[in-house]
Amino acid sequence: MIDLNVNGKKYKVDVDPNTPLLWVIREQIGLTGTKYGCGIGACGACTVLFDGKAMRSCVLPVSAVAGNKIETIESLEKNGQLSKIQQAWVDHQVPQCGYCQSGMVMATTALLRSNPKPTDNQIDEAVSNICRCGTFQQVREAIHAVSKA
Amino acid sequence: MTTSITNTSRRHFIVGASAISAGLAIGFDFSIGISEANAAMGTGTTSMTPLSTPEIGVWVVIKPNDDVVVRIVRSEMGQGTITGLAQMVAEELQCDWKKVSYEYPSPAESLLRKQVWGSFSTGGSRGIRTSEQYVRKGGAAARMMLIQAAANSWNVSPNECIALNSVITHTPTGRTVTFGKVSVAASQLPLPSEIPLKDPKEWKLIGQPVNRIDGVPDKVTGRQVYAIDLKLPGMLVANIKECPVFGGKVKSYDATKALAMKGVKKVVPVGDSAVAVVADTFWQAKTALEQVDIVWDNGPNANVSSATILKYLQDGLTADDAFVGNSNGDMKEAIAKSSKTVESTFFYPFLNHATLEPMNASAKWTPELCEAWVPTQDGEASLAAVIAASGLPAEKCNVYKVNLGGGFGRRGAFQDYTTQAVNIAKQMPGTPIKLIWTREEDMTQGRYHPIMMCKLTGTFDDKQNLTGLNMRLSGQSILTSVRPAVVAANKGKDPLVFQGLDSSGEASLNYSFPNLMVDHSMRNTSVPPGFWRGVNANQNAVFLESFMDELADAAGADPVEFRRKYISNPRALEVLNAVAKGIGWDKPAPAGIYRGVAQMKAFGSYVSAACEISVTNGNEVKIHRMVAATDPGYVVNPAQVKRQIAGSFVYGLSALFEEEITIENGAVVQRNFDSFNSIRLSQMPKVETILIQGGGSEWGGVGEPTICVAAPAVLNAIYRATGKRYRTAPLKNSGIKLV
Repeated sequence: MIDLNVNGKKYKVDVDPNTPLLWVIREQIGLTGTKYGCGIGACGACTVLFDGKAMRSCVLPVSAVAGNKIETIESLEKNGQLSKIQQAWVDHQVPQCGYCQSGMVMATTALLRSNPKPTDNQIDEAVSNICRCGTFQQVREAIHAVSKA
Repeated sequence: MTTSITNTSRRHFIVGASAISAGLAIGFDFSIGISEANAAMGTGTTSMTPLSTPEIGVWVVIKPNDDVVVRIVRSEMGQGTITGLAQMVAEELQCDWKKVSYEYPSPAESLLRKQVWGSFSTGGSRGIRTSEQYVRKGGAAARMMLIQAAANSWNVSPNECIALNSVITHTPTGRTVTFGKVSVAASQLPLPSEIPLKDPKEWKLIGQPVNRIDGVPDKVTGRQVYAIDLKLPGMLVANIKECPVFGGKVKSYDATKALAMKGVKKVVPVGDSAVAVVADTFWQAKTALEQVDIVWDNGPNANVSSATILKYLQDGLTADDAFVGNSNGDMKEAIAKSSKTVESTFFYPFLNHATLEPMNASAKWTPELCEAWVPTQDGEASLAAVIAASGLPAEKCNVYKVNLGGGFGRRGAFQDYTTQAVNIAKQMPGTPIKLIWTREEDMTQGRYHPIMMCKLTGTFDDKQNLTGLNMRLSGQSILTSVRPAVVAANKGKDPLVFQGLDSSGEASLNYSFPNLMVDHSMRNTSVPPGFWRGVNANQNAVFLESFMDELADAAGADPVEFRRKYISNPRALEVLNAVAKGIGWDKPAPAGIYRGVAQMKAFGSYVSAACEISVTNGNEVKIHRMVAATDPGYVVNPAQVKRQIAGSFVYGLSALFEEEITIENGAVVQRNFDSFNSIRLSQMPKVETILIQGGGSEWGGVGEPTICVAAPAVLNAIYRATGKRYRTAPLKNSGIKLV
């Protein structure tokens, strides 16, 4: 049994300790907002916050995160209220297919928590997720809108 | 309240369905209800739930509280087609846009009702342009029926009534009633026999940049259910490996080790070319599949490599056998009489779609009913695949469309993943199976953008006038394997190869040359080809528009001026002029900045791009600006069109700089995004978009046309910056990086 702390809730999961955190979040905990895109930490669709830092959960063995604070996309909305970043994503109509957007929003959440007024270069560095639909222009606009607000 | 399925469930139709792309004539006897599994799947953007009522005509449902539900069968996969189609229905309906939502009828429901909603196929940028008449009429018919119902209740003439913002007003008396109050009465009226449409000048909602209605909040909260997220009671998960060598088969496999692993339920053959592991979870299935010892029969293509394919294509550049796509004048004579010729050869590689959500599908099979939950660009093609794979009669099959994490052409005509899911489910009757491919499977079992080479020859007279253009294409045909009937009807020619180079129609050549010969030496390979966003316009634009720049240079002419001289279509000229103005072509570029331009016609739209780049260290390309212009005839939602254009440039530039599928020992070499990369936010240029509405009877597409001009515009700018012409994609093979 591995103890997990996901979105402030405690879980005990009975899985192979090598199972990536991504699949434990999706299949054992049942939160499917965190997406599978590559399995090698390249695309960022599986991004979660690991003690506040953006991490690609598809290459993170679940045994390595016991005791750490994990936050997923599902944690951002509070009492039916979108986070400022989520609201900016809606206002700027960022998503197209939307599959990468959980990861985009989580990477941005980590960035703006530590750096509320990032430069374009800092945005580029922090948000390196793949979006095959190509929503990057709207992603940048939305991040700037939040940081200016 | 009864559902429309149970209303009609005992009726019997003979349907010439397009399920049907399989050439089937299906006798439908629908006695299918909505199974308990559907009910488990929630509501909203899937077709799990029964259709809403009451329907006014077939496109529109008005609830008593005035909510409007528009039915749409094209698939939303991010391109915005749902919102655009709903805008067109709502324009004619004269309803309050804030009350509009949508629902997907299922393909079986459509067949049952004689395909009343038209084609499900969502490709070729056809969603809006080939639906606009019937969806607008659907909205107008509903408005007429609602007005008639209100007029009946007031005992007045419908001609004295108007509808606006979901309210019907009897103008002589000022009496009003909302749509919801008369919707049940309206639903019982006959469809009007004549349905006039508004003049485009009267449009109020079409042309507005309204927000999308396909659940943007759900996409930013993780609530949106993509097919890969589907949960059904008792569901197991499968992972599959197909023979990596195209055309190969499974010789034998030993599942002993896998079967001993935790959570593993079964190891099954899938067709004659694949093995799947079914387990409690994906991770168990994936890791167990790695422990299955599979012996492959690699078949006849085991020695195919990129090198052998390249040689085959190179031979085609001078081969005698070729299908003529477009010609005029006498090109041979033009070459013979020319005072100068210019010749160049280009190469464009295989490309994978790499939708960010890997291929997946869920299925449940019993002898009585086979159901499949599919991320599909074509619900009817999915249904055809389910019917064929299930071994059940059509009336015992059902497909539910589930949200797609990208499509780009991979999930329409090609339903291999659906077939596999049903095949696995059939071997575990009664258990819902979710088949999920790994990214590696997705990368190596694609339906790839065809590989193509092109040798171009331009001829000049002694006054620097271009007298002729010869284009010899050599490479793979998509339609030969995907739509063989079309190729047979064209006596072996694949007409789609000439996209953007045709003599007329939606993908015609915008230039007129005194002499022209465009032909294709067909060079098919063991690598399965597919429709990849933009299709053959992609490489044809790289070939033609790079070469037009070379010809301009040879003539000592400005690249824009040179194009203007030979463009014969005024709308194409307007689009080119728009980007030239937008980029500031008439003024010198800032120091260190270089410009390029390209134009084309594809999917019914005139498109052009211009860019400003800089190059450092000889190989680091920075794209500072791109200006795009498109004339699709009509623009339904300008905000969405702009987003599609910027997104299309990401797809086109990723291909130009990074992407290539290569073949060794008959199999794809690339495995994941580490070797098949996609551009990132840091590389994204600022895209400015100019929308032109040329009107007319031909509506153009939006999702695909502009992709093709991104690459040649940038290539032409790279030449201005470096003095080097790069004629082989991707540029990473020449050491060029996008920064």
